[in-house]
Amino acid sequence: MPPLAELTQLIVFALLAAAVLVGAIGVVILPNIVYSAFLLGGVFLAVAGLYLLLNASFIAAAQVLIYVGAVNVLILFAIMLVNKKEAMAASPGVGVRRLLSSGVCAGLLWLLLRVTFTTAWATPGPSQVGEGAVIRLGEHFFSDYLLPFELASVLLLMAMIGAIVLARRDVLSTDIATGEAVDQGLIEKSRTPLLMENTPQ
Amino acid sequence: MTSLSVPLEAYLTVAASLFCIGVWGLINSRNAVRVLMSIELMLNGVNINLMAFSTYLDGAEIRGQVYAIFVITVAAAEAAVGLAILLSLYRNRDTVDMERFNLLRW
Repeated sequence: MPPLAELTQLIVFALLAAAVLVGAIGVVILPNIVYSAFLLGGVFLAVAGLYLLLNASFIAAAQVLIYVGAVNVLILFAIMLVNKKEAMAASPGVGVRRLLSSGVCAGLLWLLLRVTFTTAWATPGPSQVGEGAVIRLGEHFFSDYLLPFELASVLLLMAMIGAIVLARRDVLSTDIATGEAVDQGLIEKSRTPLLMENTPQ
Repeated sequence: MTSLSVPLEAYLTVAASLFCIGVWGLINSRNAVRVLMSIELMLNGVNINLMAFSTYLDGAEIRGQVYAIFVITVAAAEAAVGLAILLSLYRNRDTVDMERFNLLRW
């Protein structure tokens, strides 16, 4: 595959960077959270485009599959499940808090940019593997990064079981297979709201 | 061999901005779902950094891409557990307002 022309790369990078930044700001400040969630999907797609520009086709595909396909859909489901129009009571000092946090974030950004532009990066580095990146990734995963790779599978299993346990609604009152009533104590316990005293009705 | 005409600093700038936007949203959001979205933005900023360093400074052994895969894995697990906790909280407290999740506050 011939390399993209330099100007094309620059233009594509500028478009993707603008999409990422504008989308991220939209995610944070838009009042309607459903728009935020869809914009978040756009940000993920633009980040995948940046990965393609960095010669990392496998990670770009993983980004689209995992972030856009799984995480974003999960967030949308969560929004649909908890989508209640609630008027959030105004809390005191919101303006001061926003001002302070904006100052902190601007300072952090200034620090990061200063580090970025004052460090003498050793570019250009070693030659690119280019299309052999997937092979190199596989070699890494099954040789020197084998332990973290296996730990990641355990982590995913733990997260899956934990999410099921936390989000399960309650126990069925009758067993689906036999039609008999199941243990009532379990049902009573699962229906008792845990934090009743602070819940405004 | 693809030439890299975009400077490394451009990628780092985008990543830093994305991270700072995420931090701002994390601090200022009232809705708990938006807090989780801000965390995803921050993780994506970190990932852009890792990928840029991997391509520009470590082009032969692409270790940054390996780390990016691990970050994506942990982010997916975090999103699943975080949203499950959020659902559970919503069922118990009947709100997603961060200001009212104050049970553990003195």
